[in-house]
Amino acid sequence: MKGLPLKGRTLALLAVIVPLLALFVYVVFRAGPLASVPVTAITVENRPIAPALFGLGTIEARYTYKIGPTAAGRVLRVDVQVGDQVHAGQVLGGMDPVDFDERLAAQNAALKSAEAGVLTAEARLQETAARQHYSESQAQRYEQLLTARSASEEAVDTKRQEFQVATAGLATAQAGLEMARQELSRTRANLNVLTQQKANLQLVAPADGLVTVRHADPGTTVVAGQAVLEVIDPKSLWINVRFDQLRAAQLRAGLPARIVLRSREGQTFTGKMLRVEPVADTVTEETLAKVVFDQLPAPLPPLGELAEVTVALPELPSAPVVPNASVKRVGGKTGVWLLQDGALAFAPIKTGASDLEGRVQVLAGLESGARVIVYSQRSLGAHTRVKVVKSLPGVSP
Amino acid sequence: MISLAGRDILHAWGKFVFTGVGLGLLIGVTLTMAGVYRGMVDDGKALLDNSGADLWVVQKDTLGPYAEPSALNDDVYRSVRGIPGVARAANITYLTMQVRHGDVDVRSMVVGVVPGGPGEPGQPGYLIAGRQITRGHYEAVADISTKFQLGERIRIRRNLYTVVGLTRRMVSSGGDPMVFIPLKDAQEAQFLKDNDAIIQQRRRTSANPAFNRPGVPGLLDAVIASQGRSPSVNAVLVQIQPGFPPEEVTEPISRWKHLQVYTRVQMEDIIVGKLIATAAKQIGMFLVILAVVSATIVAFIIYTLTMDKIREIAVLKLIGTKNIHIASMILQEALILGLIGFVVGKISATFAAPLFPKYVLLVPLDSVAGFFAVMLICVLASMVAIRMALKVDPAEAIGG
Repeated sequence: MKGLPLKGRTLALLAVIVPLLALFVYVVFRAGPLASVPVTAITVENRPIAPALFGLGTIEARYTYKIGPTAAGRVLRVDVQVGDQVHAGQVLGGMDPVDFDERLAAQNAALKSAEAGVLTAEARLQETAARQHYSESQAQRYEQLLTARSASEEAVDTKRQEFQVATAGLATAQAGLEMARQELSRTRANLNVLTQQKANLQLVAPADGLVTVRHADPGTTVVAGQAVLEVIDPKSLWINVRFDQLRAAQLRAGLPARIVLRSREGQTFTGKMLRVEPVADTVTEETLAKVVFDQLPAPLPPLGELAEVTVALPELPSAPVVPNASVKRVGGKTGVWLLQDGALAFAPIKTGASDLEGRVQVLAGLESGARVIVYSQRSLGAHTRVKVVKSLPGVSP
Repeated sequence: MISLAGRDILHAWGKFVFTGVGLGLLIGVTLTMAGVYRGMVDDGKALLDNSGADLWVVQKDTLGPYAEPSALNDDVYRSVRGIPGVARAANITYLTMQVRHGDVDVRSMVVGVVPGGPGEPGQPGYLIAGRQITRGHYEAVADISTKFQLGERIRIRRNLYTVVGLTRRMVSSGGDPMVFIPLKDAQEAQFLKDNDAIIQQRRRTSANPAFNRPGVPGLLDAVIASQGRSPSVNAVLVQIQPGFPPEEVTEPISRWKHLQVYTRVQMEDIIVGKLIATAAKQIGMFLVILAVVSATIVAFIIYTLTMDKIREIAVLKLIGTKNIHIASMILQEALILGLIGFVVGKISATFAAPLFPKYVLLVPLDSVAGFFAVMLICVLASMVAIRMALKVDPAEAIGG
């Protein structure tokens, strides 16, 4: 009679105490440091990997023409605006000539005067030639008269001397003509100089291109060599890419590249490596390279835009491959945790090339078929109890 | 011989168990508080463990990089690398900031690491998903407590980063989750001004006649370009070759390179002894108060439980029960109450710990110590109750 209610009470008490104890045991062995660590594992496979290099670059023009005057002066006019297409030889603007026209007029007058000088010298030459001719015939005549003894010795000497003076005068006139001609060509050359200098005041496009910068407006004074306009050749756009030196050893010209422009995310352009610069950046520890588009994007990206460039390196032969998340550093050695019969063992490995997806080739220390720990809830030790799961808690699939 | 304690508990077991559960929740709070304190210290140690470094090279006469600001030129690591005994040396930057993720931002410590090969110092030691950083720019590995997921895009300053890997327990000494990004980006993020500030700076520079001279084209551009970059890092992490004592490596660095070097032990002293000392003492003080209050309440509960059945005890005495039986009954009840309380406390603390925003570390030794403390308090409290029970007059059973 009395045993039953007591039994009921005991059962009820047990119903509370037993789950409590079970929960306690679970808590002690499953949730504390004694609990086994959830890990994920993969089987190492032999597979080829295609390493790639990732770099950042800016769009630049291979040919940039900075057009400006060769002498200090004031800008008179600039005919083009930024964005205008120009062609080779087109006049883009001009410098103020100041007194050039007046100097040209003076030089023209000097040329005319020099031409007149030549005419004068020619006339003088004719005159002296005639005089010399006459004195020569006079001298011959008196020579004959002397032979016939009808003229005095003195008179013949006088004629001879007159002839010599006339000959010298002729030479002088010839020299004078030569001088006048040289003066004429000097003046003409001077005029040419001025004309060309005036032409040089024009700002002329050296090649077909696109105006990118207009540094100065009319009225601005610029020094010799300062650019007034900048023109680029839009067909020569390339990307100046910087690669981290850590993995840049295999960069070669001609490697294919994928280009993503910052303004056009999600759109990939193809290109190829044009060259690796022989000089690296010592400050930023980066290797510089030039990458060109296979086909220029339309519309053209602005110069200086950021571009992400991924260069595919040649595919490497098959070798054991592990994810880089599995490679750990324990006790100064690089290696992986092997899963052998549910227990952990650390295997030092020698790593080789890796690709951008995080796969690392193992050169030594690991065979394909081994089970390797990839992810773990905590850092592992040789005596850690592990439990292999599909994916760790908290990670969305 | 029947068990008096068992009979008594069964008599009003519901009341007994609920008292135990209530007591358990109180013990749970105390255990959790101990866990908060342990977690705080552990956060500091986790920071050191996660850096994977044996030595920290920082600016001279600073306690950097965690406790004080420290700035080094980013080429210092080259000369450190050349010192005998150094296996690896890597630059690192730390910056606590808000990381934008969609509409919300998460307070996190952005760590700039050299995206070198596996095991490079500074990189997270283990992942729980994804992969380590492979590209030199715009990739991130985040602690899972940031609630970022693989493939998501997060914004740090001006740039967007793709989360490629997730890790766990990578926190700053303040408990902020870490976000690892490539060093070059981190340097930029640390010293990068926003666009407005840059434009203002450019305008100020171009308004300065010293830099913007009419006769010197290109000077202004050169000056503006020189203002743009700041090649600094916060510390150089060094791994020592196996077999070299740390002192042999630290001595030449501090003597000839004129830099400050800390070993793991010194760094731990700085973090635990200086950086989180006050906060830890605060929590420790609170823990002591909570423990004292818990002990007092446990004593009161046992005392009142005994007082509740003082009549029954008088009846027992009246029918001639030995004193030792009555005493053992009270002691057993107190111990069972303490046991239930401890079990409930341990369970509640374990399940409550992950709900805390900061890490709560329940050390097994703390639990063991807590168990013995609870038992000791129960014994002491039952002593008082036993004294009262033995002093009771059997006549009270009939007298009332």
